[in-house]
Amino acid sequence: MKKHWKMISLGMALCLAMTVLAGCGNKKEEGGLGAIKDRGKLVVGVKFDTKLFGLKDPSSGNVEGFDIDISKQLAKRILGDENKVEFKEVTSKTRIPMLNNSEIDMVVATMTITEERKKEVDFSDVYFQAGQSLLVKKGSPIKGIEDVTADTKVMSSKGATSVKNIKEKVPGVTVLEFDNYQDAFSALKAGQGDALTTDDAILYGMAAQDPNYEVVGEPFTDEPYGIAIQKGNSDLVQAVNDALKEMHENGEYDAIYEKWIGKKPAE
Amino acid sequence: MDFSLLSDNIGLFMQGFMNTIWASLLGLAGSFILGTIIAVFRMTRSRPLVWFGTAYVEFFRNIPLLLVVFLFYLGLPSLGITLSGFASGTMGLAVYTSSFIAEAIRAGIMAVPKGQTEAARSSGLTYVQTMFYVILPQAIKLVIPPLSNQFINLVKNSSILSIVAGFDLMYYGDIVATETFDTINTYLFVALFYLIITLPLSYGSRVLERKLARHD
Repeated sequence: MKKHWKMISLGMALCLAMTVLAGCGNKKEEGGLGAIKDRGKLVVGVKFDTKLFGLKDPSSGNVEGFDIDISKQLAKRILGDENKVEFKEVTSKTRIPMLNNSEIDMVVATMTITEERKKEVDFSDVYFQAGQSLLVKKGSPIKGIEDVTADTKVMSSKGATSVKNIKEKVPGVTVLEFDNYQDAFSALKAGQGDALTTDDAILYGMAAQDPNYEVVGEPFTDEPYGIAIQKGNSDLVQAVNDALKEMHENGEYDAIYEKWIGKKPAE
Repeated sequence: MDFSLLSDNIGLFMQGFMNTIWASLLGLAGSFILGTIIAVFRMTRSRPLVWFGTAYVEFFRNIPLLLVVFLFYLGLPSLGITLSGFASGTMGLAVYTSSFIAEAIRAGIMAVPKGQTEAARSSGLTYVQTMFYVILPQAIKLVIPPLSNQFINLVKNSSILSIVAGFDLMYYGDIVATETFDTINTYLFVALFYLIITLPLSYGSRVLERKLARHD
């Protein structure tokens, strides 16, 4: 009899733990445009590890990049001051959960608009047009996607669209997935794989960081980046789209693009 | 809890689960053997062996597991040895845990009365024979509770493989979480899978402890 009670109480403890944990996921706060204006600060999820888009400078502590400048312009248009913005680090893995937990107002983090993600979050208009490509060590036999075979070890980041894309292009390819692109790049440098795949925009940043590596081949996908916003916040999506449109019209967008990418955006 | 999440991704979960079991078994065996050897080193009269054992324990016990694994995964290639994520993760795990196990077993050896060694040596056993046939069996019996703690930790720490693309339970958990966007439920299932390994382990160690105690 004593044993039974032990099992029952253990079971109850487990159930309790599960409910508590499961309950955490349902917490939803009011986000949206009104909340941002009340707070007087825009909280944006950006990458801290991605050169050209969002990279934290360890000496100054500042985050810099294309996504950062875009976010500042959004803050300027929504709150009237480009400094009324707070940056929180996200990775491909954490950005949607953080957004849906209301930890951040929006994600400006090299995020491709996909149909699947659209079920989870709302997207702004395209704010950057990228395409998936390959980064290899100079002198590698891989010169483009056509050289990637089932025996090639390709690395990428967990939760990135690029994993799905390369598996579709090259069935049976081994993909090593890491927590972020820096870890993936470290592993590539250590010779743990043959190529790193993700959007060319990110790859060019890595190639700039280490000249022993180069981007090869033509981009083999279209990766339209969008700004992700919690579902149902149509007023905030509208505000972001208006701001983007204005930036395109007055040339500010082109200036930011040229500053980071080094060339004018393609029409 | 959403069980369709589990059934939709059961292939990935099972693959990860099996790899975690493998990593745990290999890590367990490796850390036990390594730990025992290091403990014996530290109890010998040979100065170099004592120094080696001490340095080994102090080094691996006092740096983060993540660094040990990176040493194997990212460091060894510069010496021309490239190990897969699974191999370097498991080896890192074994080496790291062995430093704790060595300390536990050393405590056990010290707890075995000196008379045991003296009796064994005077009946003609060599030092090595004394260690392996007389002292270690008694020492290990004494330290089963701390050892089983280390083994449970090892199973949980095997989630470090996910960082170096080791295809373990946590690695696939991360992937399922990012693909389904259902983070909480995914990790709840991952937790359940870990419990499937660790609960029997802690139960088994208690049974073993009781069984061995009866022989005293």
